[in-house]
Amino acid sequence: MSGPNTDYDPVEVTPLKPEEVEAARDAAVAAIAAAADLADLKQVRIDHAGDRSPLALANREIGALPPQARKEAGQRIGQARGAVNQALAARQEVLEAEHEERMLVEETVDVTLPTDRVPAGARHPITTGSELIADIFVAMGWEVAEGPVIEAEWLNFDALNLGPDHPARTMQDTFWTEPAENHLVLRTHTSPVQARTMLTRQPPIYVVCPGRVFRTDEYDATHSPVFHQVEGLAIDEGITMANLKGTLDHFAAQMFGEGISTRFRPSYFPFTEPSAEVDLVCFVCRGSGTLDGASCRTCRGEGWIEWGGCGVVNPRVLAACGVDAERYTGFAFGMGIDRTLMFRQGIEDLRELFEGDIRFTTAFGSEL
Amino acid sequence: MKAPASWIREYVDLPADVTTEDLTARLTALGLKLEAIESASAGITGPLVVGKVLTMEPEPQKNGKTINWCTVDVGDANGTGEPQGIVCGAHNFAPGDLVVVILPGGVLPGNFQISARKTYGHLSAGMICSARELGLGEDHDGIIVLPADAGAPGTDAFDVLGLREEVIEFEINPDRAYALSLRGIAREAALAYDAPYRDPADRDVPSPNDAGYPVVIDDPVGCPMFVARKVTGFDPAAPTPDWMATRLQQAGMRPISLAVDVTNYVMLETGRPIHGYDADKLQGPIRVRRATEGETLTTLDGALRTLSTEDLVVTDDSGIIGLGGVMGGETTEMSETTTNVLVEAAHWDATSMFRTGKRHRISSEAGKRNERGVDPVITPAAADRVVELLTTYGGGTADPGVTVVGTAPERPEITISYDLPARVSGMDIDAATTVTNLEAVGCALVKEDTTLTATPPPWRPDLNDPFDLVEEVARIVGYDNVPSVLPREAAGRGLTREQRLRRRVGRTLAGAGCVEVISFPFVGDAAFDALGLPADDPLRTTVRLANPLSSEEPSYTTTLLPGLLKAAARNLGRGASGVSLFETGTVAFPVDRGPAPIYGVDWRPSEDELAKLLEALPEQPLHLAVVLAGERERAGWWGEGREAGWADAIGLVRRLGTELGVEIEVVSTSRAPWHPGRCAQVRLAGVEFGHAGELHPKVCAAFGLPARSAAVEIDLDFLMRHTRDVTPGPDFSTYPQAKEDVALVVAADVTAADVEAALREGAGDLLESIRLFDVYTSEQLGADKKSLAFALRFRAPDRTLTEEETAGARDAAVALAAERTGAVQRS
Repeated sequence: MSGPNTDYDPVEVTPLKPEEVEAARDAAVAAIAAAADLADLKQVRIDHAGDRSPLALANREIGALPPQARKEAGQRIGQARGAVNQALAARQEVLEAEHEERMLVEETVDVTLPTDRVPAGARHPITTGSELIADIFVAMGWEVAEGPVIEAEWLNFDALNLGPDHPARTMQDTFWTEPAENHLVLRTHTSPVQARTMLTRQPPIYVVCPGRVFRTDEYDATHSPVFHQVEGLAIDEGITMANLKGTLDHFAAQMFGEGISTRFRPSYFPFTEPSAEVDLVCFVCRGSGTLDGASCRTCRGEGWIEWGGCGVVNPRVLAACGVDAERYTGFAFGMGIDRTLMFRQGIEDLRELFEGDIRFTTAFGSEL
Repeated sequence: MKAPASWIREYVDLPADVTTEDLTARLTALGLKLEAIESASAGITGPLVVGKVLTMEPEPQKNGKTINWCTVDVGDANGTGEPQGIVCGAHNFAPGDLVVVILPGGVLPGNFQISARKTYGHLSAGMICSARELGLGEDHDGIIVLPADAGAPGTDAFDVLGLREEVIEFEINPDRAYALSLRGIAREAALAYDAPYRDPADRDVPSPNDAGYPVVIDDPVGCPMFVARKVTGFDPAAPTPDWMATRLQQAGMRPISLAVDVTNYVMLETGRPIHGYDADKLQGPIRVRRATEGETLTTLDGALRTLSTEDLVVTDDSGIIGLGGVMGGETTEMSETTTNVLVEAAHWDATSMFRTGKRHRISSEAGKRNERGVDPVITPAAADRVVELLTTYGGGTADPGVTVVGTAPERPEITISYDLPARVSGMDIDAATTVTNLEAVGCALVKEDTTLTATPPPWRPDLNDPFDLVEEVARIVGYDNVPSVLPREAAGRGLTREQRLRRRVGRTLAGAGCVEVISFPFVGDAAFDALGLPADDPLRTTVRLANPLSSEEPSYTTTLLPGLLKAAARNLGRGASGVSLFETGTVAFPVDRGPAPIYGVDWRPSEDELAKLLEALPEQPLHLAVVLAGERERAGWWGEGREAGWADAIGLVRRLGTELGVEIEVVSTSRAPWHPGRCAQVRLAGVEFGHAGELHPKVCAAFGLPARSAAVEIDLDFLMRHTRDVTPGPDFSTYPQAKEDVALVVAADVTAADVEAALREGAGDLLESIRLFDVYTSEQLGADKKSLAFALRFRAPDRTLTEEETAGARDAAVALAAERTGAVQRS
């Protein structure tokens, strides 16, 4: 780079003449306006604003001017280039917008095409139903207790006041492991979980125990040798049957809808005294027994559905589990989860739950 | 228990407007649950009337039968008053007899429509009915001949035959054995309506004397009381009166002979089972004792039974003549020639009855009552009632000898505070109500200031504890009056971490397209063979069931795969093109730590005792299994579909690790039922917790699944146990990342995991991440070589890395990979 040529005699430099600069500017602006798309504009930018454009070349000549003339020429060129750049930017924006709009139109797809490349999975309604039940109780401050399915005979029977001669202990009802002298059974109810809870925790106890249970039943539309139960146990000072009723009414309303309540009928269970059967207002006919003029199929016209059993925990059970029966009372209840879901979801045949047909399970999604 | 409504009303004066529906609703509320109400006339529509046979002409037919062409007077029932012409095939009647006639327009059970029709050359206008045709029993030997005083011709026969009767079937809970009798049901009905009650067992009974049949009780615990009465000169051919036969049938028992029917009738009436002996077959005094081991008896049903020391037996000089309270013996059985009857009414120990019934698999109406508990006090009255009925309907005389040995056991006294029923039930029950209700169920009360002492009535052996009395008071007040009150709020701890994780696992798998299945956890050798498990595979060591549903599947399963594989095949068989299934469930592995003890129930076992109990239980881990078969991704407008394979299975396990925040290691291994070259052992901190990969082709074939089906089975408990309770927040840098890619040539059998591990270790702390992005094989490399390309990403926590630092770390990584795995960097 050489310094300014101070000896240079000022002469006229053609490209820096005002009319030349204006002509170059106007030509550029015209070309910019004429650019039809971004590619055109790119070429226009090279031709009129690039290194070899007239204005760029003219700019180089400024050095040839005597010092006193340079300022004015510089301003002239600068203004012209500014105008060109402004036009370029404006045109760029317009063309980009046009381009984008065109692209978006061209990229239109048929959004109704199927998208199920990997088919949907689902969780089993017994699982999600058990969770729904658990959540209802957890929301009341209860906890979910669990235990093994192969259980000690003492926990499954004796501790629950089902003495050695109780009919439920026969081979007709209970699966025993071999050899039977090992005193192990496939639990016939989730009640041993209640016993375990009382044996390992101090009151107050509020637990709900969902789980798989076993009885040597024939397998048909309403019976299964493997099924699911949920039991609840509350042990606290001052617990009464009224608390049992309140809890089950709340459970029923949460599970089946507001207005669905329960009724008690006297019954017999070794681990509760007094004992009751729990009936549920039929949530289909809402207790009327009739539906669309005909007898309700769900409750067979009775307005009530048999739901489960319940009662005040027998003080003998409290004693076997080390709970101070003078200070505490408790209640317990139990019902079939499978049966509850059959009512709630309108499942006709229990066996559908255990067939593993994906058409059945996916119908429920992953939450009930 | 079936009870004709009229029989109940015989002992309780119910208001006239109480319908059977009302009655059963009240009894259900008291605890006697209604099963069904049967009308005795079910299936019969009139006109059904009494007819008097005027003439009968036997007419032999070509088919060898003889029919009777009868004219029968049916009064005005046919609208004309003229005799009705009816063809009848039976011969057990004569002109002048009263019979039951159904006229045209009537219907018999089985929707048998009666009309006037032409048969055997006559217009037969109706039918003379047999008991079976009316649904009144099995008797079809002839038509029903009514007693001469049954009613005038044309009288409605529904009343004459007792067809207006409604029979109530109750479901009786095991604690309410007293309701296995009309005496007990009527007592509850009286309670329900506060109506007057007449106890059918309340009768004047002749005093015991020494002239009766000699009886000795050697075991007063097993048999506290034995009553013997004798009837002599009884007519064994005397028929059972119709009313008794009808009631027995309605109650579900078959009439057999007068002597047997009377004992059954009195059992239904009073609840006390009765046994009758042919007195002429007895030899010497009766003695009640326990059997000695190995003694035998042929019971009434013809079975030869070998007895044990727990069985109570009745003996005479000839030996054992009956299994006390359960079933009589053959040698002293009453027969059609029995004229002298010895009536036994005895009270037996309920537990012994239950055990004997169970041991000998005898289930009888008598046994059912004896094992649940019978009122001992009425034993003499029941015997007396039998004597009365036998002599009334079978002639003969009651022997003046009355044997009563032993006494009724005492009832325990139960003391409760007056407010216990209120405190337990939550109902507003005052002291007066408690007293009234306990007296209503028959308790004798001694009232103190704050407590009362109740002696339950002898027919309620179920009342022993204070809470038993609470139930009695509460059920009479009515369970419908129990208020609905939520318990106080408890400060719960919510779901446990494990419970939350389990939900997470299920949602993750469902989110990955897997459908949950619940299968029965039973397994047998066939499934293990189909899985290709070697003979000594630990999975074949199972917890066996003593009484499995099927001998083919005698064990609790050790693996979830058989159930899942069968479900997968079922789905494919039903048309699914691909299926991804998962199951979480318990499996069981036996432990040999001896039997689980049986402790008492009067107090809590000690900690040591509890530990011993729990120790005896099999190992029962929660497993998770997945089966992927057939199409995993569908074909579509996006292109080809994709079959499931080993990588999907292993990918799911890795995905679970990510969801649960643990680093799962994958190591190649061989294990049935997986393909030996496509099986991964999955580990946490070096410990195996399951397997994943492609199934062995033979296993796919055995379960009818497409080749390349894949499976996972892991110990989910183990996985969940090894998650972190609290995950610390990550500490990451925002300085620029430096990228280095390396391609390493290794021997074909070197695993990617080993190379990666070496690179990771060699690269040191500056390495942020490493990811294999290509596997390349070619002829140029050689058949026994492969090229693995890794993307290494470096970053420092406190500065921008220089090129030299990054290159240094990369070179160190490659150097260690070379040393450990023989890797050579491709240029």
